[in-house]
Amino acid sequence: MQTKYFASCEILCLHSIFFCNFVFSTVYISTTETTLHYYLFHTFSGEPFSMNILVGLSQVPDTTTKIVIGADSKAIDSKGVKYIMNPYDEFALEEALRLKEKNGGTVTAVTVGGDTAKDVLRTALALQVDKAIFIKSDSADSFVIASNLAAVAQESKPDVILFGRQSIDYDSFQVAPMVAELLDLPSVTMTSKLEINGTSLTAERDIEGGKETVSASLPAVISAQKGLNEPRYPKLPDIMKAKSKPIEERAATATAARTEVVGMELPAAKGKGKIFGDSDGDISELVKLLHEEAKVI
Amino acid sequence: MKILAYLETLDGALKKTAFETITAAQTLAKQSGGSVVGLVIGSADTTQAGVYGLADCLVAKHAHLEKQSTSAFAETIAQAAKAENADVVILPASSTGKEIAPRLAVKLEAGLAPDTVAHEIAGGDLVATRPVYAGKARLKVKITTAKKVVTIRPNVFTAKKADAAATVANRDFAPNLSDSHVKATVTSVSRNTGKLDVAEADIIVSGGRGLKGPENFHLVESLAGTLGAAVGASRAVVDAGWRPHGEQVGQTGKTVSPTLYIAAGISGAIQHLAGMSSSKVIVAINKDKDAPIFQIADYGIVGDAFEVLPKLTEKVKSVVHR
Ligand SMILES: Cc1cc2nc3c(=O)[nH]c(=O)nc-3n(C[C@H](O)[C@H](O)[C@H](O)COP(=O)(O)OP(=O)(O)OC[C@H]3O[C@@H](n4cnc5c(N)ncnc54)[C@H](O)[C@@H]3O)c2cc1C
Ligand SMILES: Cc1cc2nc3c(=O)[nH]c(=O)nc-3n(C[C@H](O)[C@H](O)[C@H](O)COP(=O)(O)OP(=O)(O)OC[C@H]3O[C@@H](n4cnc5c(N)ncnc54)[C@H](O)[C@@H]3O)c2cc1C
Repeated sequence: MQTKYFASCEILCLHSIFFCNFVFSTVYISTTETTLHYYLFHTFSGEPFSMNILVGLSQVPDTTTKIVIGADSKAIDSKGVKYIMNPYDEFALEEALRLKEKNGGTVTAVTVGGDTAKDVLRTALALQVDKAIFIKSDSADSFVIASNLAAVAQESKPDVILFGRQSIDYDSFQVAPMVAELLDLPSVTMTSKLEINGTSLTAERDIEGGKETVSASLPAVISAQKGLNEPRYPKLPDIMKAKSKPIEERAATATAARTEVVGMELPAAKGKGKIFGDSDGDISELVKLLHEEAKVI
Repeated sequence: MKILAYLETLDGALKKTAFETITAAQTLAKQSGGSVVGLVIGSADTTQAGVYGLADCLVAKHAHLEKQSTSAFAETIAQAAKAENADVVILPASSTGKEIAPRLAVKLEAGLAPDTVAHEIAGGDLVATRPVYAGKARLKVKITTAKKVVTIRPNVFTAKKADAAATVANRDFAPNLSDSHVKATVTSVSRNTGKLDVAEADIIVSGGRGLKGPENFHLVESLAGTLGAAVGASRAVVDAGWRPHGEQVGQTGKTVSPTLYIAAGISGAIQHLAGMSSSKVIVAINKDKDAPIFQIADYGIVGDAFEVLPKLTEKVKSVVHR
């Protein structure tokens, strides 16, 4: 059974200049079968509270990368591949920074991966995250990644945990709900709009043929969809400064993988398509083929 | 292998993905020598499932399931999987399925193969194939745990009718749920009324920057209307504000795999292909014969979309009687 954790924001609140104004209230009581947990929270009358935010960042090959299968036929050949921060994670990071700007608090960025993946943490540091944690692991298993991220959260007890919608390398869409389940927290994936009021959140997420509005209480796990915000870019002096900022390295948890890659291949190449001109006869022929040959209309 | 197929419903009816899930589950059951049991959450008419050969179906009901909380759904499916002693749980890789499956996998201590397009049993193991790097490669993953969770990409496993329709025996299933299982809850749903969504459509007609402006998209819309298709768009036109974001197909838009994808005035940038290259039949209309879209097109027309689209719409009308 996972234990629900205490928000650490009270400590920060105590140091706040609004010290004398705070209202001390118990806003959340979770009744799991085994224990009663009290989630204590301070709200200032009219003043924002301080927020502890964790954001997971993955490193992926640039979207224009030409994929060449490696010699072991299990992964891509990384020779000459340019790596970038996962595009969806830019929205997650931006949201983390905005939440901090609005509410005060700290943003911690965490990355699990090989040594080169540290680059995304440098970018995050250039964008002024307060802390960067790197966990070295060459695992390709989403559960292993999620377990490592959950272990960090277990310790730092964030109010909000942000991820991208999916990592565009393996497109698994697994990490956010897995971390939420490991921590026994609510999750909202593919979030295109997020509002946090005190300890409750309202989010809009994309679904087939529309949108749904979801509500939950903090702490919670959110995954970001494009459109959530407009990510900022780091400034050159900040990029320089970030080079000497510390990155805390942690050992990976001893989690066993639950899947194993047995092979990777390029998709079957398509035969040459039938290309026509734009005459009436050509268009009639195309429609006939779609109807009789391809049988799709 | 005993397989539990989670069947999605909408407004009391089974969704199209439910029939695809049944077909994928039955194929796997046949390969591994096993059986399939369905699971629906809430009230739904399951008769139609019999057409696809499903004979046994759990119907889960509980007040806590009414708020569409994915955590409560995951708990329900986990309890059903345990009660039925299922080895594999199959779900659609839909917006809800993708949120439920990872939670379910953690609960069952199962490995998860997401968004799969093919399955095989090799030496007693389940090996799933799934597109990675936005469809630029295919990965084969073996699930190494005793219990397994698989999600299937919509529109890939074509639902197959059984030779003889089965009569579905519904069995009530009462999950044991407490307040703590209900975490995030759905408070409202807004649907784009009267508009088909690209993620669910069988046919998509997409337009790109080649259409020159939002005022010309009626050409795309009328072809789509004639075909009963959804309208899609490239990012260039979404970013320009010509079309809503929900229509964007590609790496940062929606991944689609319709039976027919028609791209008009779209160059075929790698990020656009990422979202549609697994479509069954691709038709490209572009005035530049060297446009990259022709490399993945099954059929192409080199020509001006402004002339080709109206003609195509007329000719299609004479073939489809809608
Ligand atoms: C065959 C294979 C080979 C791989 N090889 C390498 C490799 O050589 N080097 C390497 O570093 N990684 C490697 N990976 C790991 C990969 O880059 C991903 O980190 C991992 O697979 C999780 O991706 P996902 O698709 O499950 O994430 P998703 O569930 O799609 O990701 C959702 C979100 O979770 C967060 N997230 C995901 N992964 C991480 C992470 N690692 N750290 C922090 N946050 C994260 C991000 O916010 C992301 O947007 C490999 C994966 C596979 C399957
Ligand atoms: C990280 C990242 C993510 C991205 N994600 C996506 C995504 O999800 N989806 C996406 O679509 N793009 C995405 N892109 C953008 C992508 O790279 C392209 O810029 C975009 O797809 C181009 O859109 P287009 O084909 O409409 O426009 P263009 O590339 O400008 O192509 C217009 C085409 O129209 C043709 N044309 C012009 N006039 C006519 C006419 N009269 N008749 C017929 N044809 C005509 C031209 O020959 C040309 O081929 C992404 C880019 C990046 C960097």
